[in-house]
Amino acid sequence: MLGLEKKDFRLLLIVVALTMLAPFILNPFPEGSDMAQFNAGYPDLMQRFVIFGILAIGFNILFGLTGYLSFGHAAFLGVGSYAAVWMFKLLSMNVIPAILLSVVIAGVFALIIGYVSLRRSGIYFSILTLAFAQMSYALAYSVLTPLTGGETGLQPKPGDPRILDGALAPGETATPGFFGLFDMRDSLELSVGSWVFTFNAGYYFAAVLMIVAFYVSIRIFRSPFGMMLRAIKSNQTRMSYTGLNARPYTLAAFVISGMYAGLAGGLLVSMDPQAGAERMFWTASGEIVLMTILGGAGTLIGPVLGAGFIKYFENIVSKINKTTLEGWFYWLPDGLEDFVITLIYPFVGKGWHLTLGLLFMLVVIFLPGGLVQGGQKIAAAFKRKKPDDAKRSATEPAE
Amino acid sequence: MGILEVKGINKRFGGLQALGDVNLSVTENTTHAIIGPNGAGKSTLLNVLVGKLIPDSGSVMFDGQSVLGRKPHEINQMGISRVFQTPEIFTDLSVLENVMIPCFAKRDGAFRMHAIESVFAEKGIRAQAEAILDDVNMLEKQNMIASSLSRGDKRRLEMAMCLVQDPRLLLLDEPTAGMARADTENTINLLKEIREKRGITMAIIEHDMNVVFSLAERITVLAQGTPLVEDIPDNIKGHPKVREAYLGEAQV
Repeated sequence: MLGLEKKDFRLLLIVVALTMLAPFILNPFPEGSDMAQFNAGYPDLMQRFVIFGILAIGFNILFGLTGYLSFGHAAFLGVGSYAAVWMFKLLSMNVIPAILLSVVIAGVFALIIGYVSLRRSGIYFSILTLAFAQMSYALAYSVLTPLTGGETGLQPKPGDPRILDGALAPGETATPGFFGLFDMRDSLELSVGSWVFTFNAGYYFAAVLMIVAFYVSIRIFRSPFGMMLRAIKSNQTRMSYTGLNARPYTLAAFVISGMYAGLAGGLLVSMDPQAGAERMFWTASGEIVLMTILGGAGTLIGPVLGAGFIKYFENIVSKINKTTLEGWFYWLPDGLEDFVITLIYPFVGKGWHLTLGLLFMLVVIFLPGGLVQGGQKIAAAFKRKKPDDAKRSATEPAE
Repeated sequence: MGILEVKGINKRFGGLQALGDVNLSVTENTTHAIIGPNGAGKSTLLNVLVGKLIPDSGSVMFDGQSVLGRKPHEINQMGISRVFQTPEIFTDLSVLENVMIPCFAKRDGAFRMHAIESVFAEKGIRAQAEAILDDVNMLEKQNMIASSLSRGDKRRLEMAMCLVQDPRLLLLDEPTAGMARADTENTINLLKEIREKRGITMAIIEHDMNVVFSLAERITVLAQGTPLVEDIPDNIKGHPKVREAYLGEAQV
């Protein structure tokens, strides 16, 4: 189907189902209950899931296939964001031209950075991309202030020409939309009993683009081009003694993944029309690397899982504070309650990075193939141990 | 006039003259062995031929075209394939994919972006790859990951990857180095078969005299970066200069 092998098509269907039903899946707890804070089904977070999913899918085309570890991918995200905001300012609040421009500009930017960086491989390549990204950050933050808004960032303002929409009136704010049919902030709420599900236009717009991006990445993975990229990762000496020039292949992969990042950047500002330089900072680049490795570099679905995982932590675990913990453990004897809370507190709220770091260590040490490998192991364990159920319960905690 | 003409090659590494005025002519449709004691410059010469090293002076002509200054992948596209001392294969890929890649390289050149069509939709390429795997008796192993192959199979796979491109000259860098007796015999037989069936010109660098004398039709002896003699195997065997160069290092 759609030119995919059966297995890949099934994976695509699963991704489609999960993204389309996300407002239900991510809101399993009724409103007002103790567990409601674990609900992730609000528009802002759902948008981030799919947008960073796109970013990680693109990064995986470079890192997962060729093994070239770019440490400056956030630069393309940032460039894409600025390009889209400029489109909002100059043309109209329609997201389509904005996103197109983000992809094109990020692609051109990736071509330049890739052309220089790909002269080296391994650690030198990573350092070169890191240097370029930090230079871009510094430029956006100070020197290029007229273009980027510097410290305050870039956003649509009254006085922008907006050739198609006409200038904004003072005090009026604009939300990006899709040909005037819907705004990215439009939401529909559905109440079932004490559950509330939110269907957000922006989320579905981004989700459709993520599905397309995912589909394209499957095609690339299974194409002769994708096979060449894996060959580059495997053995560059044999590659060149087979009459193949590795440079254009790696450069093409670099540009494609830069364009994915540009798309993600354009989508980010489509949801919230302001771009800042911090989006290009090296920690943002590091986060992309973490997402991909955590989920499983080189696998199709891994990066999406990794992106979802990290964004969930960033938004949900970070919100657990001392009062929440007290609410959970009030039933314990006084002394013990304090003890348990003191023990857990450093790992939640502002300490969420600590939990994420520990999880990352566990994954890298025990599951070098990322969360995907974890899933495969569990699936394999279930298949193998079905005949003797007694053993399963004994071994499962180890997973 | 040979298919490969090497004239007056010099290569220095600092104070060491690795190659001094090397001339070599490989005639089309022969197996030409290059032998010599350790440090004679055999590997340096091979690296010059494939574009990995650039000589200080001299010329290397392949089929009337200069090889010097071209990159390894360009030289390969001219029709020169190389087999390495330790097999260089795509270890993370399956055996079939390993052979499909040179098929693509042969058909599409150094770079072409087939990013949308599926690998498995390429029926012609696949048939070609399967045919060559059948030739080297590895068809039943086509779905194995290359890194899990035995050493002998890796060598065979590498050979298949070179052969599928129909090279006009096959360079072999100690193809039996570190092999057990049985594997060495197998490799000799494989090379003989290739030579007879496909008529590919071969240049072999080899230490093992048994291998050299069972395969070569002409032999060049290198010592200290300079060719001593070039002749047919029978004349090389008892040659006094050759004995002197080896000083009993190997039985010639």
